[in-house]
Amino acid sequence: MYKIAKENLPDLYEAIAETNTLYIPVKKAGQTNFEQWTRSAEVDIKTLKTVKSPKDAFFPQSENLYTCGKEGKKITITLEALTDESFVVFGMKACDVRGVEVLDKVFLAEPVDTFYAARREHGIIVAMACNEPELSCFCKVFGIDCTEPSGADVITWLIGDELFWRPVTEKGEMLTDSVKRLLSDGDDAAVEAKREEISKIVSKIPNMRLSLDGWGRDDKLERFNSPLWEDLYKPCIACGTCTFVCPTCQCYDIKDYDTGHGVQRYRCWDSCMYSDFTLMAHGNNRTSQMQRFRQRFMHKLVYFPTNNDGMYSCVGCGRCVNKCPQNLNIVKVIKAFKKEGV
Amino acid sequence: MPMNDNAEFRPKIVAFCCNWCSYAGADLAGSSRLTYPADVKIIKVPCSCRVNPMFILRAFEKGADGVIMCGCHPGDCHYSTGNYYARRRMTLLFSMLDYIGVEHGRTRVEWVSAAEGVKFSATMNEFVEKIKSLGKNVRLGDLRCRS
Amino acid sequence: MQELINRTKELLADGTVARVLGWRRGDLPTNPEPAYFNDGESLSEFVYNGFCGANLSKYMIEASELDGRTLVFLKPCDTYSFNQLLKENRVDREKAYIIGVGCKGKISEASLNAIGIKNVIDVKGAELTDACDTLTIETLTGNTTCAYRDAMLERCHVCRGKEYVVYDELIGDSADTVDGDRFDEVRKIEAMSPEERFAFFKAELSKCIRCNACRNVCPACSCRKCVFDSTKFDSAQKANSDSFEEKMFHIIRAFHVAGRCTDCGECSRVCPQGIPLHLLNRKFIKDINTLYGDFCAGESAEGATPLTSFTFGDAEPGTV
Repeated sequence: MYKIAKENLPDLYEAIAETNTLYIPVKKAGQTNFEQWTRSAEVDIKTLKTVKSPKDAFFPQSENLYTCGKEGKKITITLEALTDESFVVFGMKACDVRGVEVLDKVFLAEPVDTFYAARREHGIIVAMACNEPELSCFCKVFGIDCTEPSGADVITWLIGDELFWRPVTEKGEMLTDSVKRLLSDGDDAAVEAKREEISKIVSKIPNMRLSLDGWGRDDKLERFNSPLWEDLYKPCIACGTCTFVCPTCQCYDIKDYDTGHGVQRYRCWDSCMYSDFTLMAHGNNRTSQMQRFRQRFMHKLVYFPTNNDGMYSCVGCGRCVNKCPQNLNIVKVIKAFKKEGV
Repeated sequence: MPMNDNAEFRPKIVAFCCNWCSYAGADLAGSSRLTYPADVKIIKVPCSCRVNPMFILRAFEKGADGVIMCGCHPGDCHYSTGNYYARRRMTLLFSMLDYIGVEHGRTRVEWVSAAEGVKFSATMNEFVEKIKSLGKNVRLGDLRCRS
Repeated sequence: MQELINRTKELLADGTVARVLGWRRGDLPTNPEPAYFNDGESLSEFVYNGFCGANLSKYMIEASELDGRTLVFLKPCDTYSFNQLLKENRVDREKAYIIGVGCKGKISEASLNAIGIKNVIDVKGAELTDACDTLTIETLTGNTTCAYRDAMLERCHVCRGKEYVVYDELIGDSADTVDGDRFDEVRKIEAMSPEERFAFFKAELSKCIRCNACRNVCPACSCRKCVFDSTKFDSAQKANSDSFEEKMFHIIRAFHVAGRCTDCGECSRVCPQGIPLHLLNRKFIKDINTLYGDFCAGESAEGATPLTSFTFGDAEPGTV
């Protein structure tokens, strides 16, 4: 266990950035999101939840796959280079890290997504315990411990005027070695006390006790055919807010962009809420918003766990709870089914 | 080959010209042997009213440095009133572009009749000079379209 | 609120309306959602308070396709949106039974967060009938209070007034909430240098995540298919590839609703990134008022709009 004084954090960022690209929560025009660190960036590690999840670091909202060009009568195809330099994502919360583990199940399964795999290989996750879990959080429901994020390379705790730092993987040890000159020895007792303190807040949050009875691998068809969906989807305006702030949503679309001197084939996040979701030449297999709405929750709470040994593809970060324009969210869906007793 | 920094900046200009007046004006400029820079690319539209603000922004997106729209003089529209509507639209759009910080002068509207070959050529020469003085369009283009 | 429920029950019982479009209590006091109610029994979940900011008029497009009349609750500003939809033949007046509800300004969890009040478990003082202008708030970390005004949405600070432009009956009184001029912010931006303006909008618009919430919630954005959703369009409506795409999207969207936007403020309310989108719409409204005479979209369901009319002496583009 190491530690560093809060006032020396800019030096730590600087040191990390010497050998890595550093992504960190940055406040821009009033909103905090993960951005590439620069000396002039307004770093904000106090805000609990960035608006967008940090999944961009591993699975960017838009990325080029290859570029076609024309030289005389010849057509050239240039594959987009894979990430080959290490980068650090600093300040990911326990739910965000689990989000990446969910993405792993999708993108690292055969056929492996090479763009994603390269980023995972070169990415180092410095996670941070949640100091003040909020009312919209329900990570505990999915077995996530926000007092000590798992799956990260380094775990940190912000305690008083100090940041405690514990490397947990080889990658984490290496990063620690490269910044060791800035760190001093820390003591486990302070961290244990902090974890205790956070757990107390967690125990006060009602949604942390949400029951997932009936979800998961059972009764797929019954849930699918429930008349409740017809009522639940009604206020949905079919925007993509919930899917775009979500740490686990992984659907993407592939499109071609005509640059005037070639064509770029790129992929961009898709949203099951959009009318052109899974649109094919023959048309669309989900023709109503109710079906698209249902897809999102069935996917997260039924299909995904069915295919991935019970792992839900919701991590309880609560971003959709905070951001839905019409106040719909996955918690309300779970509660509605609970209430109906189905 | 790296671009020579001293090479003259050749702006890309898109000119939307209505079929009835301005395109005929451009034609007259040509047949009268009046010159205007080849950097101006004309897109013929049935009426200036056909020009959707999206056309203007798409032109910038795809790499135009300046966009000009030409139509019949107010009162002379082939369809009676098309250019009056176009005028309001462009007035509001240009004001909005100015508002979001795009350099004033990158867009322009000029009314050119079929008899005004001279005006057409003079307008284009003038507009190209204006865009040259403003330099490359960096505020509205899509990065992917930069060569 | 009870008055609304009682009257609604009557109208459902005597068959005047087939269903009700209102707000349903959420799992927290801060998150009621728009909802349909089909019978008197389900109205036990009905709620109307300061957190019911959603403008229900756009849902009436869908409700106009249903059998029978739909009772809809509209706040004064929402009636302008409804009237505008009526003008564009997107809603059916005969299918709507409009109860104009009183409004004392709308508040939101986001505005509470902005003034440092988070994790709201309970709120007192948000009911329309609460005469006090203070909110008493219970949070996860303790109790606090704040002025109702401080939790209000931006749009309510520049509220257009208490008038209803279309309704069948009215229930409840509205309060004066105005304490600013809605064009002040626009003027402030106009006074900046082009470089400053560019930097300002770049910083704001580059936050856009292309969720399309602004478009989908907007009562003026009622196209059956949006141009940005076209499969022939090479910049996807959801792609975030280059900052220009969102710039183009927001300019075109604002332009398309110019002369039709009632300044209901829903776009800014729903933006997950807090982009002040109303600044684009208000610029068009201000320009229209200055150049073509004062115009208020939605005020009347008849007549031409500024962009579907002209005068011979209109200003030339680029001169203003």
